[in-house]
Amino acid sequence: MRIAGFAPLPLVAVALLCGFALVWSTPLLWMLVASARDIPYGSTAAASLVPDLKPTREHFADAFAQGDFGRWYLNTLIVTLGILMVQLVTITLAGYAFARMEFRGKNLLFYLFLLQLTLAPTLLIVPNTLMIVRLGLYDTLPGIMAPYFASAFGVFLMRQTFKTIPRDFEEAAILDGASFTQMIRLVLVPLARPGLIAFSIVSLTSHWNEFLWPLMVTDSPDKMVLTVGLTSFVRSAEQAADWGLVAAATLLVAGPLLIAFALFQRQFVNSFLFTGIK
Amino acid sequence: MAQALADAAILAPPLERRLEARRARAVVPTRAAFWLLAPSLFLLFLFTYVPILEALMQAVSLEGFGGKFTGYGFGNFQRLFADASFWKALSNNLVYGLGTVAPSIVLAVSLGVALQDATRINALLRTVIVFPVVLPLVAVATLFAFVLMPGVGLLDYHLAKLGIAGTNWLGNPDTALYAIIGLSIWKNAGYYMLFVLAGLQAIAPELHEAAKLDGAGAFTRFFRITLPLLKPTLAFILVIAMINVVTQIDHVIVLTGGGPSDSTNILLNYIFQAAHQQGDTGRAAAATVISVAALLSLSVASLKSLERGMHYES
Repeated sequence: MRIAGFAPLPLVAVALLCGFALVWSTPLLWMLVASARDIPYGSTAAASLVPDLKPTREHFADAFAQGDFGRWYLNTLIVTLGILMVQLVTITLAGYAFARMEFRGKNLLFYLFLLQLTLAPTLLIVPNTLMIVRLGLYDTLPGIMAPYFASAFGVFLMRQTFKTIPRDFEEAAILDGASFTQMIRLVLVPLARPGLIAFSIVSLTSHWNEFLWPLMVTDSPDKMVLTVGLTSFVRSAEQAADWGLVAAATLLVAGPLLIAFALFQRQFVNSFLFTGIK
Repeated sequence: MAQALADAAILAPPLERRLEARRARAVVPTRAAFWLLAPSLFLLFLFTYVPILEALMQAVSLEGFGGKFTGYGFGNFQRLFADASFWKALSNNLVYGLGTVAPSIVLAVSLGVALQDATRINALLRTVIVFPVVLPLVAVATLFAFVLMPGVGLLDYHLAKLGIAGTNWLGNPDTALYAIIGLSIWKNAGYYMLFVLAGLQAIAPELHEAAKLDGAGAFTRFFRITLPLLKPTLAFILVIAMINVVTQIDHVIVLTGGGPSDSTNILLNYIFQAAHQQGDTGRAAAATVISVAALLSLSVASLKSLERGMHYES
């Protein structure tokens, strides 16, 4: 008999998919298991996925003792939140201009913004480093942040968001005597919250994970962010074949985002999809 | 009563004031718009436009001993084109692109179709597939350093049980690029799957039901209904995937640094090495200009095909 609608997948297919997902997740499972497992030095069973019955905290303690994780967390937080704060202001203003105003050269400016969207700043690391040096920002946290303060992607996203809000709200606010800045701050920004949240998630994720740029423009150990710290830390742990320590350090860097993703999955997925809206 | 009327007059402004406000909005703009755009434009100027121009200038500037400017010319490009490593990086980038983009999109479509129904187990499986997306690329690299380690590593340890062991994936020039390709697929396929899932939701279930009633099997429906209607989504994924091929580099720097014997050296790594390790900014700038041109023409071409896809859909 043929049933209309979607027939459920046959059991074999579900089993196959589960098997695939299990294999897919082995690197992450290994990270979780190995970071809490006590294995004797030089053991060949480092790759085993069987957790220890008595989990140990030793690897994490070692990581904090040997690496400057507190400082790296602080630097990463300053950089990611600092970038986001400035971005939220610049993209709201520019997004509003593109969504609501008619002015000469609008199309040309739009294409100029588009240029940054296609040319990911990573590609411009060499000339951008020179610029940072010239501005006297080399080896400073603002130097890591500065190239991201303007975001073409954010501007487009806010432009789309503002376009979905009826003009009546603004007109009412202006007629009730609100100033222009009050209108943006008290009327538009609350209404544009979905767009702002979507942008914030994408921005925080990508800058938390960024590596090459902070590596290029900093030099001193106290300016390291988590990703840069991790690579220098792991290099020595790998040479010592201390895999438990490698797993723990990696978990310390990736953990916050993995937890955030597990908790706010819907918001994460929605904001990733927002990047796909034309 | 009079007070109430006065209040009403304030609450509901006369037509005149409304028109005035409308007129004001039509006139104000150019200057106001400029001030709203100024912060973004200033920053884009500093960190996008000037750097592009500077890379162009630097690519055609010639330097003598001690970095002294000696004139303009195409010397940097000549040195770039004479460098075997550059050609190796270009062809590696091509192999890396073909090797990551096609498989990860095929994987994303297969998984998206398989997991499209919103059952509880599917939700769990989707989460597992998407986890690598939020992982920092350097964290993926440190995990894969262990996964690919010969002997003790995750892959070798478990392959040994099947009797296939002893491959030094990253140490062998013949396999290193494929190891990097595998890592990229693992990292990105889940991201592309999210777009496939969203695209699938937009396909009306009635189409499948009607086709079923006409006796079309699952394969026919996939190739005749699902795939054609996913075309705009796939075009979009293709654009992001190609941008990722050119701009994602952390894993190469952490795992191989481009080696062994240049086998995993791709363009951005080549630029990074020329500038950061060899101090040859002229050659780095020339390579940057070529990558920027390639990326721009790629995105223009794919945006055009994307527009056509959208047009076709509507």
